This record gives sequence, structure tokens and C-alpha cells, in this order.
Amino acid sequence: MNTANPLPQACATARVIEALAHTHLYDCYQCGKCTAGCPMAAQMDIAPNRLIRLLQLGRGREALDAQSIWQCVSCQTCATRCPKSVNCAGIMDALRQLSMEEGRVSPAQRRVMLFQKAFLDNIRRNGRLHELELIVQFKLAGFMHDRRFSLLFKDATLAPKLNKRKKLHLRGKKVRDRAVLRRIFARSMDHS
Amino acid sequence: MSRIGVFICWCGENIARTVDVDALAQEVSKFPGVRCAMNYKYVCSDPGQALVREKIAAEKLDAVVIASCSPHMHLKTFRRAAQLAGLNPYKVEMANIREHCSWVHHDRAKATAKAASLIRLSVEKARLDHELQPIRVPVTRRALVIGGGVAGIQAALDIADAGYEVVMVEREPSIGGKMAGLSETFPTLDCSQCILTPRMVEVGQHPRIKLYSYSEVERVEGYIGNFTITIRQKARYVDISKCTGCGDCWSVCPLKRNKSEFDYGMGVRASIYVPFPQAVPARPVIDAKTCAKIIRNGCGLCEKKCKAGAINFQDTDKLVEEKVGAVVVATGYKLYDIGEKQDKASLAGYGEYGYGQYKDVIDSLQFERLLSASGPTNGVLKRPSDGAEPKNVVFISCVGSRDNAKGLPYCSKICCMYTAKHAMLYKHKVHDGQAHVFYMDIRAGGKGYEEFVRRAIEQDGAKYYRGRVSKITQEDGKLVVRGADTLAGVPITVEADLVVLAAAMRPADGVAELAQKLNVGYDEFGFLLESHPKLRPVETNAAGVFVCGACQAPKDIPESVAQASAAASKVAVTFAADELMREPEIAGINEQTCVACYACLRACPYHAIEQAEVRTPRGVFVKHTARVNPGLCMGCGTCVAVCPSKSADLEGFTEQQIYAMVESLV
Amino acid sequence: MNIGYYPGCALHGSSDDYEESLRACLRALDVQLQEIDEWICCGATAAHALNQKLSTALPARNLALAERGGFGEMLAPCPMCSMQLIKAQKALAGNEGLRREMSGIVELEVRGTTRVLNLIQVFEQVGLDRLKAALKSPLKSLSAACYYGCLLTRPPDVVEFDDCEQPRSMEAFLTALGAKTVDWSYRTECCGGGMTLASEETVLDLSHKILSNAAAHGANCLVVACPMCHVNLDMKQPDIERRYGVRHGLVIYYLSDVVGMALGLPESALGINRHFVGKA
Repeated sequence: MNTANPLPQACATARVIEALAHTHLYDCYQCGKCTAGCPMAAQMDIAPNRLIRLLQLGRGREALDAQSIWQCVSCQTCATRCPKSVNCAGIMDALRQLSMEEGRVSPAQRRVMLFQKAFLDNIRRNGRLHELELIVQFKLAGFMHDRRFSLLFKDATLAPKLNKRKKLHLRGKKVRDRAVLRRIFARSMDHS
Repeated sequence: MSRIGVFICWCGENIARTVDVDALAQEVSKFPGVRCAMNYKYVCSDPGQALVREKIAAEKLDAVVIASCSPHMHLKTFRRAAQLAGLNPYKVEMANIREHCSWVHHDRAKATAKAASLIRLSVEKARLDHELQPIRVPVTRRALVIGGGVAGIQAALDIADAGYEVVMVEREPSIGGKMAGLSETFPTLDCSQCILTPRMVEVGQHPRIKLYSYSEVERVEGYIGNFTITIRQKARYVDISKCTGCGDCWSVCPLKRNKSEFDYGMGVRASIYVPFPQAVPARPVIDAKTCAKIIRNGCGLCEKKCKAGAINFQDTDKLVEEKVGAVVVATGYKLYDIGEKQDKASLAGYGEYGYGQYKDVIDSLQFERLLSASGPTNGVLKRPSDGAEPKNVVFISCVGSRDNAKGLPYCSKICCMYTAKHAMLYKHKVHDGQAHVFYMDIRAGGKGYEEFVRRAIEQDGAKYYRGRVSKITQEDGKLVVRGADTLAGVPITVEADLVVLAAAMRPADGVAELAQKLNVGYDEFGFLLESHPKLRPVETNAAGVFVCGACQAPKDIPESVAQASAAASKVAVTFAADELMREPEIAGINEQTCVACYACLRACPYHAIEQAEVRTPRGVFVKHTARVNPGLCMGCGTCVAVCPSKSADLEGFTEQQIYAMVESLV
Repeated sequence: MNIGYYPGCALHGSSDDYEESLRACLRALDVQLQEIDEWICCGATAAHALNQKLSTALPARNLALAERGGFGEMLAPCPMCSMQLIKAQKALAGNEGLRREMSGIVELEVRGTTRVLNLIQVFEQVGLDRLKAALKSPLKSLSAACYYGCLLTRPPDVVEFDDCEQPRSMEAFLTALGAKTVDWSYRTECCGGGMTLASEETVLDLSHKILSNAAAHGANCLVVACPMCHVNLDMKQPDIERRYGVRHGLVIYYLSDVVGMALGLPESALGINRHFVGKA
């Protein structure tokens, strides 16, 4: 038993997760069907059922630090097949949100988080996703994070191929009222 | 003026700790009609009962109130004591000052006051008690056993061996039930048929057992000791009194590729068939759905071939009546249908396991047939798709069981054991094979059970993974089973040749309808309700109707047999007396004021009210009325509540008594 | 038939071949699509991964716009969009407090009354009979593996569409239009979804398994109804083949491609010539 994690605070994490994911963590009886069906489980450091177990044990911080929450592809298989109707996919979302808010994102997985952030930032500014801009934005953010040139130019060869198929749109369509987007984002991020 | 004695029990400390029994006796002695009031440490003890008897005699008491525990506990005790002292036992009332007072309160003064109020109610009721006599009903000493599986067989043989006649009704063409199809049985691995078929033969030959096979209970009338059962004998198209069971008919039948019900589709049978060689009765039946003669007046070869002239294509269902005094329900179970079709919307099936899609994904009873020496493969393990010997077999527990989302929340209890048995028997047949078991928990409570499971793991090398399986896919001719091992926290993938699903146990089809005919309760899953889970495990709330086996809850063979013997002994107890005594606290109708609206008849859950006529002694018709059948009435009082003309009343709980009790408090 | 249309970002980006295809196909079937004015991104995985409130607010704005446009029904051809929209719509319809909160956040009154349809459901509304009547060139050469992916049928209590483990709705159309369909195991397995950029190996691995299983079961093409699935299985297919040293050569059709082909539309009108993997 790890006594380094004071129970009340860690339990608070579990309560926040339950509220965000609209689910009951203690319904889980650890059958492992979530992990069994997860397309990413083999690569994960902490499999889905173990993340839930950590939360049940009041060791939520270990879950927030996990790489696996960023490896999740949100395919919803876990929640669909759960015999106890635990919203495991929702728990993954909630863990990501909390992990980011508390600055605990696993360094190895920061690229995924940067992508999601770049995605949201892109739609905050344009209303709709502008793919080319997202790629550039994400590549730069990723480069700033890990300084890997190989990743920076990895998909550059794709551009002419996309262009040949008239799939490369240099100027994305934007919505007219973009100010409302910024207000929607501000209100949604506001936790008070 | 009444002469009522009140006896306040301390129940050791249970009551006396919270209730001031001395003050209480003093207060109660002042209640109108109370002749004497006293307290005693254990009124239910021998000296306590002696005290009650002495006071009845000495004080010439005409009613008694015992203030103690629940009447469930000791009403009978005190009624007997009163009777010994010459007081009508129905002039005994109990005030429950333990469960309703001392156990649930802390404040001594308030608890004592409440106890006084409870006693006041009982005193008021006792003042208006009538002398009642128990109802005597004659008893037909014959029993009906519904279901001819191992539980029904055990119950029938026990009752018959006790000297009573038994009528057994079995829905299928043969008795034997699920057990007849099993290979070997845990934890001793004795051959299922070897131990069951002699019992089946005993049933078939027993002079006191009358067997209706291929028959169902159509209607149930009457009450304990006096049931009239209508049985539907389904058209068999074979006169079993003429048939010799020679087998000419099924060997000549050209339609031999029908899926065998007994083999759960793993084998085939002809359109005229005996379900299995050891069947009782060993007489064939014609499957009207596939027989060419019945469908389109073709073929008819069996009729031509039969030397005994036993084939009768004009056969129809027949209804017969039997009189019995008690009923044993032993209708057993079926497996949860894993495929997509379910009888309830909440049971969504298990599409992810591909049952019904992949031929080599089968359920546990199908696997039993593949293992069985008398099965379609003669006990050689061949997988259904191509007959190859499977080298890797995956067993999955809890398919449907313990699955709140799309199955059933309860544990089916026997799957852990038979899965261990399957893994073991598989290894005994395929020495170079590997059994893989996915489980959530191993539930092996029972004599020799835990040791049995360990043997499967330690000696027969079954690999156990603690986790559920999420999905089965078919890749390159293999079944790819994707599960997890939560102990290691990793996903596990097994490439299998055969997958066996341990499907949940559910009550057999039609049990709910049967329960309604018998006035027996059933739970949300359809399992029949016993009248007390611990102390009355084979009785039901319908007098004279008993349950045993898997119709009551998932259970294994030893438990089913034990319960069947228990039900048989309850039947024997019922039959031991010349007459049955029933409590007289039943409803009655004032036939003069009854307006014959029959609201009571429609409301009565026990079908105890009938339409009747009031006639003068000379037989002149006066009026219509409702009338209570005292044999059926359970004294629930529903008729009293619905009667618009206030003509119904309940002995022992008359409206007058209830009003008096209420008035005493206000 | 007149119906609201929410294209979603992908169909106005690199998956505009999907839009080209479904517009041509539905035009031929007399279904008029009316694009929701000023629609915004649904938030996709990024919103529900990082901010639960935003993942309701973005769809709520779109639902409000659809309601303002008077649309009782709205096609969202991307399953990610349609799942997000349906989830928000159900939450809004059943929770007055949330309706009030969201109306405030998105600056438009939203009631959650617009029914969101995926592409298959629109074809179902057109009906098998009408499709069969309009059939010009039966799809005899196709041996199709219908691929549903994740979000067309999941989460089942949200999308309430088809059987989430053994879906068959696309097969029904393909069979009616003369194609053969294969019985295969990876109908609802995930292709990696939106991880294409963030975690490419994931996508290549998952998509490779899907393509392999389809081929092993005798498919000569896959039929999808999702832009992300198409990107991962079509655009990434050369990368998959290189990485695993195999040749799949499986054409990835949108459902509207094959319906359009059966209706006699030329491949160029359906944008099929713009796919990465062409016919062998």
C-alpha cells in the first residue's frame, strides 16, 4: 500500500473524474473487458482497467501521469462492451482533461496533447478546421517540444500527392462571425 | 367483560434492556378487560409456557396477549400452550415489542410507552377474537412431478418409494433432462449417463409412477390435497402402447439430416426419432415440422415398415385429467441464447463473440455432446466446422452471467466447475492440446470442488487468465480470441481452434406461465420463489406446491438432488395425515348482503372465490353471490379491500377488530 | 426530399472527394441538401479529450443554427461529427438546465430538436425499393467488405444505429445493388481515427490489420462511410504496404461512391479518380 498518496485528496480526483465522465468508478469489478478490446492496450503503460483500479484505490495521480491516456484513440469499444456500463471512454477523456489542467501530461505523450491543443486553437481562430494550417501549427509545436527535424518534414512529400488529387486547400473556408468562437471558448474553459 | 392475561417477555436482554418491563406490566394491568399482566425472562421457555397455562386456568382467562417477538417466531408455540390449558388457540394474540420496538429504539421511556401502545392494540383485538376451528381438508395421496430431469426423477422416486403414487409430466419425448446429455460430472468425473440412466429406467418401470412424456401441464385447479391437473399429451404420431421400439421406423425414414435437439444441433436425427438410445420411454416421436407425410402427404415409409401398426398420422393432442394432492415443480433450466435473438430487449446478445456466425464457437452444452461417448462424434473431439481435432481450445466463463449491461447480473454458479471439468476432459482426449480459460473469479465452494479446479490447472495444465474476452475474430482459419489478464494488466490474444462459451443459466421456457397456473411467485429472472430462503427452501407460497432443482436458482446436480429429496419429504409430510389442517383465518362472504359484482373474484390472487347461488332449503333460487373456497383462500384480505358492499370479511382480522384497534389509539 | 446538411471540416478539407461523391449521388436520387449557414467545427476528439464543456458547446451551436434554419433532420456524413452532434442533442433534449447554460454559451437558443442522420440513414430514407428501381449498372464485379469503424455504431446508446457488434445496414444496400459482400471480422474495429498526424504508427498498425482481414476474407474493395477511415485506409495504404512489405491494393469506396456507380454515374463525377488507391 502506497501511503505517499493521502487518500482524501486522491479520492477527490476520483470524484472529479466521475463527475466529468458521468459514470460510477466503483461499479467496475475489474473484469478487464475494456483492456481486452482496446486496440491500443498492447502499447499502453497502464491499461484501461488498471487506470480505473488506480482511481478506485485513491491513486488518481498515477493515472493522470500515465502515457496510456494519450494513446487512447477514443474508439468507444471499452464503454460499448463494459458489462457494468462504466463509461471507460469518458473516463479517458476526463483523465486527459485533468492531466492537462494539472500539468501532468506524460512527456513522451506531449505531442498528442499538442496536436489536440493545436486542433482546438485552429477552430477557435477559424471556426472550422484548416488542415494545412493545423499541420504547420502542430509540426512547429512538436518541433519546439522535441527538436526533431525528422518529424518536422516527415509528411512534406504528401503535399504534391494531395495537390495532384486537388485535396490540398491553401485557403480554408472560415466562418464570418469568428468573434463568437472566441467567446464560446472562453465561456467553456471558465471553470467558475 | 373480557378476562385477558398479558404476558410480557424480557427476551433475555433483548426487550428488557430498552423497555421497562415492570412499569409496562403495571400500566398494562390497568387496560380495560385485562385481568392480569406480568413479565417473565423467557415466556417461550418451558417454565414460561407453564406460567401462561397456569394463569389461564387460575384466572379463567378467555384470551391471552403475549408481548414478545414476532408472531413468525412463536405464535404457534403460544397457541399450543393455550390449547393445552383448554383455551381456543385462536384467542391468543401477540404484540411484537422486540422487532417493532426494543430492537429499533434507544430511548427507554419512549420505547416503554410504544410497547404499551402495541400491547393496547393487541388487547383490543383479543377482546373481539372469536373461537375458531382449523379447517380440515381431505388429501389425495398422489403427487404430480413436473419435469423429468435429475431433480424430477429424484423427487418422483423418493415419493414413490415412500409408498405414494406419482404422476410425472415431461415436456420432451424422453425424461433425463439436461443431465442425460452431459459427458462426465464434476468433481468425481463419473459418467453422467451411467449414473442417471438406471434412475430413468426405475422411473419408467416403477409400479407407482405414471409417466406422461411429451406432455405439458395445461391447467391446474383445486388446492392443497385436492388438485385437479389437466395434462396436454402432445401428438406423438406413435402409439407407445403398441410400439416395441424396434427402430425400423427411424432406420427407414429418408429425412435423416434434421438437427438433433438432444445434441443441441451438434448431431442429426431422422424425422421419426428417439432422442437418444437410452431414452425413457424408448419410443419414437414424429417431428411434425419436418415429416414429409404430415407436411405434404408424401413418404409414409415408417407406417408401411412398422409391424406393430403403431404409427398414426392422424394423431392429435389429447387432454387428460389427474387428481393429486401435492405438486413438485422441477422444470430446470436452459442456457442463455448467446446469438442475437433474445426474448427480452435488455438481453442484447453477444455479437462480439460471433456465436452463430463462426461454427467453431459453441456453448457449453454443445461441448458436452462433443465430449460424450454417446454423442454425435462418439466422444472423439472434432470441431464442428471441419471435423479437425482442436489443438487450442478457449473456454470463456460468465457469458451472460454477471453482465448487467446486456446479460444477467447473477452468477450462474456451476460454470466455474464445469469449465474446469471441460478443460480437464479436453486434455484427457487431446494430450497435445492446450486449454485456455478466461475467468473473472473462480467460485469453487463445495466438497472437493476447489481441489478439482486446482487439478485442472496443476495436473492438466489448463492456462487460466483472469479477465473477460472482448472479441473473437476469424483470421487465417483461426479464431482469434482477444482477452485480458488483469493480474498482469495486459491484453492476451489466443489463436484458437474451438471456443466454448459458458452461457448463463436461465429458467426453462414457459416457467412463468406454469408459475401463474400454480400461483407460485417468480423473481425478475423467472426463477421460482421459495417461501423462505433459509427455513422453507423447497416450499412455495402456494400450499402444497414445492420446488426443486434449477427452476428455483442456478444449481448443480448434487444440490438439485438434495433439494429434490427435500421436496419429496415435504410431500410425504403432507400425505402423512388423514386430513390436512389449514389455518381458519380466511375470508368469508356475507351472502345476504353480497351484490354479486364479483370484484373480489377478479381481485383474488389465489382464484379462491367462485360464483354461487343462494337457494332456499327447498332449492328455490334466491340470489347470486360470491363464495370463498376455504381450501384455496390464503387469507390475504384483498377481497375485503375491494368489496364495495362490505360483504367480505377476514376471520381473525375482522374489520370490527381493526377499527377497535385504531380507535384505541386515537 | 429536402434535408439540412452539416458537412464538417473534413469534407471541406482533404476529404472533399467524399462531399463530391455524396452530393452527386444524392442529387441523382432527388435529395436536396441545404448546408447549415455558418456551421462550425464539432470539436471532434480534441474537444472531448481536453474540455468536456466545449465538446457539448460546439455541437450545440451547430444544432442551434440548424434549428434556426428550420431543419427537423440534418445529414452529418462524418460519423465523428454525427456522434458528437447526437450526443449533444440527446443531452440537451433531456436537460433543461443544460439547454439554458448552452444557449448562453453559444449565444443562440438551442432546444435539441434536430435529428442528426448519418449517410446510411439518408439512403435508408430514400429506400431500397427506389434504389433498386434506379439501378442502372449492378455492381457485379465488387466483392465488398463493408467497414463501419467506431462511431457509426458506437456508443450504441448515443447513436442508436444498427447492431454495434454485427452491423449489417451497408450490406443490405450493397446486396440490393448487385454486389457481393464478404463476411469478415473487422467491421467495427478502429482504424486509428484522428491519430493520423499525432501517432502515425498506431494508424498504420490498426489499418493494416483491417485491410489484411478484409483481403483474407476475399474482399476486393472496402466500403466506408467515414472520412477519417477513408484517409487511413486509402491515403495511408501505400505507407502501410511499405511498412509491412505487403501489397493490399484494395480500393476504398465511400458508400455514396458505390451507390452512385450503381446509379450509372461516372467515377469522375463521384471523385473516385481522386482516391489514392485505384483499381488494379
